[in-house]
Amino acid sequence: MKRLLPVFLLIGLLVAFSIPAFAQDGCMDELGCVEIASDDPVVIGAMLSVSGATSFYGEDSLGGIELAISGRDGMLLGREITLVVEDSLCSAEGGQAAAQRVAADETIVGVIGTTCSGAAQGAMPIISEAGMVMISSSNTSPSLTNDDTEAGGTYLPGYFRTAHNDLFQGAMGAQYAVEVLKAGAVATIHDGDPYTEGLAVVMANTFAGLNGEVVFQGAVSKGDTDMSAILTEIAASAPDVVYLPVFVPESEFLVSQAANTPGLEDAVMMTADGSFSATFAQNTGAAAVGVAMTGPHVSGEAYSAFLDLWAEEQPGGTEAPPSGFHAHAYDAVNILMDAVEAVAEELDDGTVLIGRQALRDAISAVENYDGLTGSLTCQDESPYAGDCATGTALAVFEITEPQVNDGDWPPPIVWDLSMSMMMMNDG
Amino acid sequence: MQPMFKWKTDDFSWVDFTIDVLRVIIVLGVVIGAWNTLSSGRISFAQWVNLFAAGLSQGSIYALIALGYTLVYGILLMINFAHGEVFMAGAFSTVFLAEALNRTGFLNAQPLLAILLMIAFAGLVSMSVAILLERIAYRPLRGSPRLVPLITAIGAAFFLQYTFRGLYGSGFKAYPGVHALQGAIEIGGISIPVVQVFVFCAALFLMLCLYWLVERTRIGKAMRAVSENKEVARLMGIDIDWVIMFTFGVGGFLAGSAGVINGLFRPQGVNFYMGFIPGIKAFTAAVLGGIGNIPGAMLGGLFLGVIEAIGPNLVLAGLGIPGANQLKDVIAFTMLVLVLIFRPQGILGERLSETKA
Repeated sequence: MKRLLPVFLLIGLLVAFSIPAFAQDGCMDELGCVEIASDDPVVIGAMLSVSGATSFYGEDSLGGIELAISGRDGMLLGREITLVVEDSLCSAEGGQAAAQRVAADETIVGVIGTTCSGAAQGAMPIISEAGMVMISSSNTSPSLTNDDTEAGGTYLPGYFRTAHNDLFQGAMGAQYAVEVLKAGAVATIHDGDPYTEGLAVVMANTFAGLNGEVVFQGAVSKGDTDMSAILTEIAASAPDVVYLPVFVPESEFLVSQAANTPGLEDAVMMTADGSFSATFAQNTGAAAVGVAMTGPHVSGEAYSAFLDLWAEEQPGGTEAPPSGFHAHAYDAVNILMDAVEAVAEELDDGTVLIGRQALRDAISAVENYDGLTGSLTCQDESPYAGDCATGTALAVFEITEPQVNDGDWPPPIVWDLSMSMMMMNDG
Repeated sequence: MQPMFKWKTDDFSWVDFTIDVLRVIIVLGVVIGAWNTLSSGRISFAQWVNLFAAGLSQGSIYALIALGYTLVYGILLMINFAHGEVFMAGAFSTVFLAEALNRTGFLNAQPLLAILLMIAFAGLVSMSVAILLERIAYRPLRGSPRLVPLITAIGAAFFLQYTFRGLYGSGFKAYPGVHALQGAIEIGGISIPVVQVFVFCAALFLMLCLYWLVERTRIGKAMRAVSENKEVARLMGIDIDWVIMFTFGVGGFLAGSAGVINGLFRPQGVNFYMGFIPGIKAFTAAVLGGIGNIPGAMLGGLFLGVIEAIGPNLVLAGLGIPGANQLKDVIAFTMLVLVLIFRPQGILGERLSETKA
């Protein structure tokens, strides 16, 4: 027994030391807490595509985030807010690298990002494992909120988004093609990105479900400028609608070259929010007139005020937001900041504790949040797990002369779900 | 004769055998794919001609950029990987001039004059960038191991990309349409867009000018002498530094004018990143034709453009490969690999002098 005495002593000492440590820590959260000392700032992370060809999407969201922070005078919980921006590019590797840097920083309470769905797929395993939350303002790939891995779902706890799910957007494109354009045959083009591919597949499936015929499903590569080969092939299959939910500038090349492709004169070109920017119409020129596009429909007084503020402060040096997801980013960071405020516990010495699971729960519980992008309610069931947008802030737009010649934006709305004969039941 | 090296003297070698097998597979694949496509008749003769014409125009743009790679390689034996960014510098800067000319109506009132003005401006911008690049990034490294300027070129490419992003922003721009270049020419029931004819002729004219410059002028003779042997050229009283700078300038001018011609042909997609892929494609074209060889770069560019335009539909679709058009780049870079395997000196090849070989 004597030999065990030092062991008991050691255990006793350890317990004695750890009791005050627990008492002082006070963190009861199962995923741990972010601890902010009394004079430390609140750190918010952003993982956005801020370099490369898609950097204007990142700058668009970053502007929304900066305006939301300055809207609170840069203060949260009585502390200054520090924004840490990591470049997640528009690829899985970029997302993974950015997530590793973010996860290594224990002071970060939550992350806004990523810009591209592909980057989110690389980032989420790390972010989720670290117990953090990530709210995306522009991921729209259905796989990100679907937990059925056999169906390609990649949902992981801690993921949220204020952008719409493409299950809404792709279906909407198909319904418009059938109900309004009376199309019988459709061709789809994607560019290999999970976002564009997901959208093309949802559109094709919905269209086939509405008794339409999918006559061509093909793909281009990012960076292609010469689309004559694929357009020639599409013309050979004679579709009524060509659905091309790809990014700019590939969509610009496709639409402008389709106008000169024999056999596609009467086909309606239809694109999605990857091309939803004022420069799409101007860059594409006359061929853009008549192009239908699904995209975020954000309006209202609060949004007008937001745009005025943007013009005044010019985050990133642009007078107007360069793309269509700045309002989503504004809502995302506000939801995060509200949730942080709601779950923060202040200790006697001024230290603030933010429980990581509590933060996830608080965001999950968001209901009827009055954001710039409409009323947001975060859901928790696959295939909409983490979806805070309901798809009501979407519309079909049709480009007309003023968008091409004068840079008017957005184009007139020609259709939305309220006009549909077969309202979606699951929305 | 030592027995351990006996296998080397044998007629049979595994490497040759593998290459022969590869050769047969490729030829078979191309023949079967093409046969399947042509016999299915999915694409009409007129459509093939259209694809071919678009490929020629695209190829002539590759060729103009490829000439910059080849000129510099011929003289310095270095691959200037920042050359794609030299192309971007001219194309991106001139889009603003083109917009201004379009707003004032000059572009459509005097299209030829306006295009000449744009080409001159883009050429000057790209030329300045290329010359500065040589002076600042490459000249201090001359004489260092060949890997050093190569890595520097990659760094310089990033530097240029993000400098131009800082200058003009990250959004996409587009060249305005020129009315005179719209419409098509009908030849025997096949219509070819006017702009493609113009692009091809303009590029061909510039290439002929370059050929004349190199073969018929004094400075051209100096360039050839420096590329043959720098030390002897120096002994003959040629200012090497000036000739090298001039070569970069000429390559830059061609790249800049390619930027404008590309803008007329494919108006969209003008941004700071636009030089990357054309740069790589043009490098491929230069290697295809035989790097260091001027007619080789021209031929390589045209060849690559046409293969890219026709290959996916002709061969890949015929072999039943899905998403054939997404594999356009695969065709381009497979060509590069094949050339490196079967004919490392390129289509036209270059008679390498001993110092280069």
